[in-house]
Amino acid sequence: MNKAPDFSKSFRDSHLVQGVVEEIKKITTQNWTLMEICGGQTHAIMQYGLDQLLPAQIELVHGPGCPVCVTPLDQIDRAHAIASLPEVIFCSFGDMLRVPGSEVDLFTLKARGAQIRVVYSPLDAVKIAQENPDKQVVFFAIGFETTVPANASCVLQAKAMGVKNFSILVSQVAVPPAMHAILSSPKNRVQAFLAAGHVCAVMGYWEYHPIANQYKIPIVVTGFEPLDLLQGILLSIRQLENSQHFAENAYTRAVTEKGNTVAQKIIQQVFEPCDRNWRGIGRIPQSGLCLREEYAFFDAEKRFQVEHIQTREHEVCIAGEILQGLKKPFDCPAFGTQCNPTNPLGAPMVSTEGACNAYYRFSKSSIS
Amino acid sequence: MDDQIPAFEGPVCPLPLKNETTIVLGHGSGGLMTHNLIQDVFQAHFQNSFIKAGNDFANTPIPENYPNGKLSISTDGHIISPIFYPGGDIGRLAICGTVNDISMSGSKPLYITASFILEEGLQISDLEKIVVSMQKSAEEAGVEIVAGDTKVVEKGKGDGIFISTTGIGWLPDNIQIRGDLAHPGDVILISGTIGDHGIAILSARGDLGFETNLQSDVAPLNHLIQSLIKEIPEIHVLRDPTRGGLATTLNEIARQSNVGMMIYDELVPVNSIVQSACEMLGFDPLYVANEGKVVVILPNEYKQKALETMKQNPYGKNATFIGEVVAKHSGHVVLKTSFGTTRMLEMMSGEMLPRIC
Repeated sequence: MNKAPDFSKSFRDSHLVQGVVEEIKKITTQNWTLMEICGGQTHAIMQYGLDQLLPAQIELVHGPGCPVCVTPLDQIDRAHAIASLPEVIFCSFGDMLRVPGSEVDLFTLKARGAQIRVVYSPLDAVKIAQENPDKQVVFFAIGFETTVPANASCVLQAKAMGVKNFSILVSQVAVPPAMHAILSSPKNRVQAFLAAGHVCAVMGYWEYHPIANQYKIPIVVTGFEPLDLLQGILLSIRQLENSQHFAENAYTRAVTEKGNTVAQKIIQQVFEPCDRNWRGIGRIPQSGLCLREEYAFFDAEKRFQVEHIQTREHEVCIAGEILQGLKKPFDCPAFGTQCNPTNPLGAPMVSTEGACNAYYRFSKSSIS
Repeated sequence: MDDQIPAFEGPVCPLPLKNETTIVLGHGSGGLMTHNLIQDVFQAHFQNSFIKAGNDFANTPIPENYPNGKLSISTDGHIISPIFYPGGDIGRLAICGTVNDISMSGSKPLYITASFILEEGLQISDLEKIVVSMQKSAEEAGVEIVAGDTKVVEKGKGDGIFISTTGIGWLPDNIQIRGDLAHPGDVILISGTIGDHGIAILSARGDLGFETNLQSDVAPLNHLIQSLIKEIPEIHVLRDPTRGGLATTLNEIARQSNVGMMIYDELVPVNSIVQSACEMLGFDPLYVANEGKVVVILPNEYKQKALETMKQNPYGKNATFIGEVVAKHSGHVVLKTSFGTTRMLEMMSGEMLPRIC
């Protein structure tokens, strides 16, 4: 292994952080509401207490960028039905295991005897399929543009190697349609976006220019370290204070205007845009990715005809409003009491990218 | 077709072959195979008069010249995958885990018993390696393995080997070290870097997609703790932050003692490999397991002396101050970042799950 990068000395330097904070304070003259798109950013903000450093005029609201949070309930229930089939080995990213469906979660199914495995890469699921030719191996392909290239690669690999007992249950979503949905809502409060750096590392940020123009809103590509986040906030406030609105890049060490074109080609080869439901938000046109016809053989939804999916959301959970930046976790009557990371009522309490989980784990305000 | 069936000459023996290289059900029968396994593997390496005597019990003396005191007893089950990993194996884990549990009360660990659940198919050579490792760890800690038991379960009903250990130690009457004795004003020390064991195990499982040269920190801490107590009998709390990591252990103590704690993020020692692995997986080193670390809580005036004493032991060479016990936010642990901001450190809930991206 190469020498580990020393994050603490570069992007977590307290003097540099203090300098950017001072600059933000100097230029902020009025109230502004910013949304960080990605749950990883929400987590870093809470982990380092960056919100405590900002002037009171700046409010950060938390966006929908938590993959397990927006995966629709019917798809999770479908995953549970497929995972319960005796011939299936069901593979998933780790933080999906505790996400509640209408009845159970994958941990409960595992305890009941379902063969459920956590994988770190979708390519591991293809390997499991090769090692278990008498089983059907299904990978739960969820996430934003960050996970699509790897998920597309595993389909290409399975096809090239003739792994016929492998399929994926797809619930891929894209960021720009969600930004449209948030901005066109009459309840919208967001005045600037911190765009998700990892998504932009794949997709670039050329897609954001028309959004910034159409809604007259600053969009700043932002990373995940304390200095990255504060730099993104500084550039957003600077645009807002100067009445500007354009897409700009505060994460130049990872993101280019065009993004990773090789990854984009692989995505286009395997997937095509389609309408998708977002948990708590509803149907967003052309917000998802579905397998193209030539790869339909690997579509778990088509391979396993699972009927009778009847979804039932918990009546107290306000995950949908939290994901749209309309409410914060403290607004939820179940927060920290009925709903906690051990017994989550909604997905945002489960994932380390979920806003409720970040508030529960890190927030100073939860000190009683 | 009938004439194709070979005729047997004489009776067919149903007994497993001799010189078996793997564990079979017969090894747990209580008969000759069990006897031979005990003799060839366990008695061959656990060399002391108690095991040699071959009884179902061990009558152990309290060593002479011990001050008045009490028996300390602790029991623990050990399951781990893989059973051999960089820096240790399930045998060393079993001995060190129990030695450390006994030691955290201030007791001197003396004797250990071990019960083995073996899964059919386990290589006997692997069992022998584990037994040798247990004996070596016991010798390092200065304890004796005085009694044991072996059972065998069918293939698929175990994970190679499970080991349950019970330890007995001696606690002199003048020592008072407990989880409910942390006082506001006390300092909190840790004996070294955190998270090494958890990340070494994850890495050894081989499904992380990267390899590290990281070693588990599994180690017996009794000598370190005995020398610490000898120098500073005024220690309030000792605890080893195993599963759940440092954050969970501190929370347990804060609740037991009804005090708050302030931990300084930049002072908590983390190996750079552990830090990087945690960054990649979305883990927090404060919640990753350790098997050879101790949290020491004691009055501020003994801070320097305690650190100097710990640093003289190889398992305490990176000992450092990480925070303070405070009167406010009772029952809670707060982390102060290098930016001056604060956040709550909760107990770990459920399992740590690797994040998606």
